[in-house]
Amino acid sequence: MFAAFDNFPALLIWLPLAGGLLSFFIKSDKGAKANAMIFSLLSLGVMLGALAYTESKHFMLNQVSYVWLPGIGSSFGLILDGLTRILALLTVIIFPIVFLLVPSGRYHHANRFYGLMLLTQCGLLGVFMATDALVFYLFWELALIPVYFLSSTWGGEKRIRATFKFFIYTFLGSLFLLLGILYMYLKTGTGSFGLVAFYNVQLSELEQFVLFGLFFIAFAIKMPIFPFHTWQPEAYEEAPTPVTMVLSGIMVKMGLFGVLRWLLPMFPLAVKAFNTPIIIVIVAGMVYASFIAIYQDSIKRLIAYSSIAHIGLMAAGAFTLKDSAIHGMTLQMFSHGINIVALWIVADLVERQTGVTRISQLGGIAKKAPTLTIFLVIAAFANIALPLTNAFVGELMIFNGLFQFKPWIAALAGLSIILSAVYTLNMVKNVFYGETVAATAGFSDINKVQVLALGILTALIFVVGVYPDPFFKLIHETVGLIVNKYVTI
Amino acid sequence: MSKFVFLIPLLPLIGFLINGLGRNFLSKTLSGMIGSGVLVASFVLSILVFREVSAAGFSTQIINLFDFIKVAGLNIPFAFQIDQLSALFLLIITGIGSLIHIYSTAYMHEESSPHFARYFAYLNLFVFSMLLLVMGANFIVMFIGWEGVGLCSYLLIGYWFGNNNYNNAAKKAFVMNRIGDLGFLLAIFWMLSQFGSITYADVFAKASTAPVTVLTGIAILLFIGAMGKSAQIPLFTWLPDAMAGPTPVSALIHAATMVTAGIYMIARSNAIYSLAPVAQHLVAIVGLATALLAATIAIKQNDIKKVLAYSTVSQLGLMFLALGVGAYTSGVFHVMTHAFFKALLFLGAGSVIHAMHHEQDILKMGGLRSKLPITHITFLIGCIAIAGLPPFAGFFSKDEILAAAHDMNPIYYVLGVITSLMTAFYMFRLYFLTFSGSFRGTEEQALHVHESPFSMTFPLLILAILSIAGGWIGIPAVFAENAHWLSNFLQPVVPERHVHHHIPHNMELMLMGVVVALVLVMIVIAAKKFAKSDLGEPNEPTGFGKILANKWYVDELYDFIVVKPVNFLASFFSRVVDNSIIDGLVNGIGRGVQFSARQMRLLQSGQIGSYVLIMTVSIILFFIFQLLWKA
Repeated sequence: MFAAFDNFPALLIWLPLAGGLLSFFIKSDKGAKANAMIFSLLSLGVMLGALAYTESKHFMLNQVSYVWLPGIGSSFGLILDGLTRILALLTVIIFPIVFLLVPSGRYHHANRFYGLMLLTQCGLLGVFMATDALVFYLFWELALIPVYFLSSTWGGEKRIRATFKFFIYTFLGSLFLLLGILYMYLKTGTGSFGLVAFYNVQLSELEQFVLFGLFFIAFAIKMPIFPFHTWQPEAYEEAPTPVTMVLSGIMVKMGLFGVLRWLLPMFPLAVKAFNTPIIIVIVAGMVYASFIAIYQDSIKRLIAYSSIAHIGLMAAGAFTLKDSAIHGMTLQMFSHGINIVALWIVADLVERQTGVTRISQLGGIAKKAPTLTIFLVIAAFANIALPLTNAFVGELMIFNGLFQFKPWIAALAGLSIILSAVYTLNMVKNVFYGETVAATAGFSDINKVQVLALGILTALIFVVGVYPDPFFKLIHETVGLIVNKYVTI
Repeated sequence: MSKFVFLIPLLPLIGFLINGLGRNFLSKTLSGMIGSGVLVASFVLSILVFREVSAAGFSTQIINLFDFIKVAGLNIPFAFQIDQLSALFLLIITGIGSLIHIYSTAYMHEESSPHFARYFAYLNLFVFSMLLLVMGANFIVMFIGWEGVGLCSYLLIGYWFGNNNYNNAAKKAFVMNRIGDLGFLLAIFWMLSQFGSITYADVFAKASTAPVTVLTGIAILLFIGAMGKSAQIPLFTWLPDAMAGPTPVSALIHAATMVTAGIYMIARSNAIYSLAPVAQHLVAIVGLATALLAATIAIKQNDIKKVLAYSTVSQLGLMFLALGVGAYTSGVFHVMTHAFFKALLFLGAGSVIHAMHHEQDILKMGGLRSKLPITHITFLIGCIAIAGLPPFAGFFSKDEILAAAHDMNPIYYVLGVITSLMTAFYMFRLYFLTFSGSFRGTEEQALHVHESPFSMTFPLLILAILSIAGGWIGIPAVFAENAHWLSNFLQPVVPERHVHHHIPHNMELMLMGVVVALVLVMIVIAAKKFAKSDLGEPNEPTGFGKILANKWYVDELYDFIVVKPVNFLASFFSRVVDNSIIDGLVNGIGRGVQFSARQMRLLQSGQIGSYVLIMTVSIILFFIFQLLWKA
């Protein structure tokens, strides 16, 4: 497994892992940041290479399987297929941007901070690429544990409470996941953790129902969807912002990804039996979260509840089993990551300059920081899926799928489109427009580095929004496999 | 032609980018020249397109730019459709757009140069979106433009973002439009699932294959979209508030172009509506009710822009009446003439406001006739045109709508006539209060009142000419057979109504004469009441007048039945359900876990090192387990 230079997936694991471990031995803050930048940019480079050289060109492999634990039938299997590519791309784009924006001296013991962040990146990429359930579980935990330390060490005032809650929830989810994986493993007959073996397990209806429940709860907590969501606003509020960006931009996609890669293909009978009530609960939860977002006075909690609504839409889309919705939600996983990170960047810049996160104590920033405001307005309108921004394409297709599934559910979910305009524009108005207040009187506009970071995200918002075709080409084949499974049933 | 058509929307987009990105570097002159220049260029191209479209033997052209979404059974190209209807709208949008851009260069001169550039950037972006809306060859491209114009409307209403009243107006406009947009979106999905396509050509060709209930559903959902964009009951209250934006914006977006998007949409979809009579009746009734309601409110407004805003709502209602009775051409005809005279009136109002140093209350004006000669005469022309006196533009289009309404239902006709009479009354009330009598402003204002510069009066003059002659392209059959150029022109897209005039020509002429006479009576009454030099003390309206002055309390009603319940739910879900119930449960479980965790405290030293140690040990154990398994 050390002959890793002939394939992209292994490089994507080793680079952040090596960078992360190296970071612990770097003394200076600057060095640690440089190290993190270098390794995250290298990952980005590898990923772009993987996109440029597809399997057919035989330059490097996009799928590998190393002998790992042959005794128990687990091999270290990784793949870069369509579904993985889009999420891995998101991961390797977000991390350098997050690192770029961390101000020096912000976090004590910066070497550990960056080290743990890189380990998280390694874990995330592993989750997305794993073709072996045990490897999947290992990376699932590897992505989680550094986040736990990051939040409890560098978080806000109530970090212990928030982190504890986060930990309890996700630990519970992991437990269910592990139970489910072990049962599946025993049922393979051949004693294998391989994805294909899992897909081929023959299960009775009852077994499917129970296992579906175990996997579903694990993924539902991770996303999170109603009613498993209450860890999220607190975690987002209390975690250090770079961690919040990773949590909300990428890590919540682990749950959605899990549904696509594991849940839907493994338990078709259970999915067919439960998808209607699940979609109804999720959609009701979307509307519920949108209402709550209106009430929030904290920018961070507002973004958190907005995210619950948006993630809910993607989850509902996946369970419709409609071609259009699953294509849409896959693209939307990418777009949502871009948009929410842009929103966090703005929220963080506001908090850093004013020391305030209360919407009611802010105002008039547009007069002081027009450039920041332009980026914010673009991100805000992308968040509410205005046409020609990235989210429009994905959400349009999800809604189309929901409508095919049940028109009235699409109409109910549509309420969140209206409510999202209410809370997003309220925030834009109260924080950025109007006259300046005490907290914002001395506000200054963003610097060149921040312009660069937000500029990249904004460019992505429009590229995907105007010309989504290449992204669909990327995911089409893999998504087709998932959907086709249900066409034949 | 297809080679350069894409330039028509692209040029304003380029203007937007230059002004938007260069806002800190461009001088005001340059910003204004770029902003207006791209529009004039688009206008010239639109004329070329129009010439080609109106030539004999033209057939509809589809211009495919690229595949927008082509996956999962969807095939949505980013494509334009050039035909008679879109060509006509292109002319209106770029033509009036050019005039308003030029006008703005003078009107906005007080703004600092970055904001001046921002203004033109928004305005260019609006035109770009509006062009997408009318040029799209499918409902998705229309929707892209549809929400795009909503965005620009939001940005321009809140252009002076320091003022939170304006920001609230902007937000209200966007949210109310979003309610309508949801209807539009659902219609799109329904069409996709019914017809398997969203392209006009496919949908309209297959329309007759769909059950009537489906067509009715689609038509009503589309109409909900139109209600939002075109400010019809119940989604009309944003438009009067939208007057917070700069006056040229009100002229372009909230009178001449964007608010007519709903009419364009229904006229475009006439194949669906003609097969869904229930939906058509709904359109007619909502349009008529809106026309009446808004006209009553306009009578009691004292803000020059508010009067015009309610007038716009009312006129849009008449256009929907036309669509609802199947007279699509008449609806489009009125869009055009209304664009001329309402843009003229708004720009005239802007000239007055400009001269009066931002005063908008007509009770504080008066006697401006001699001080603003060009504004005065052009405004008067606008008033005559909207009141519907022959041979001004409004007469022909309005008469056609009334005649079509008469064919459908005489009650529609009577109510339409009442709306017209109220229109004449409140417009001339506005005219006399502003321009007649004696000046009621401050001495300071009196000293500074001046006619606007040429770049503002020039658009007024052009629009005045169009408000006089613009109706002559639709001479009714009662005057000359087959002289209705517009209806012949639009025929390929909007088929002729099959309802034939039931009333004989001389009867029609008589009705026409009666209406004109009544309009004149209204003008005389308005003159008697408002043209005197001494108005007396303005007294608080009482009784019914008070209800009208307060706009039938519709805003208060919505506050009570929508805004308050939404806020209540938001607070209830947040504080009670989420924080107490769900989180309470979770924390309960958490406490249980915490209790048992205390027993395992020794394992949790809080040191990263020890965790890593435990992890490593576990992994080693795992490997041992594996070896044992093998053995």
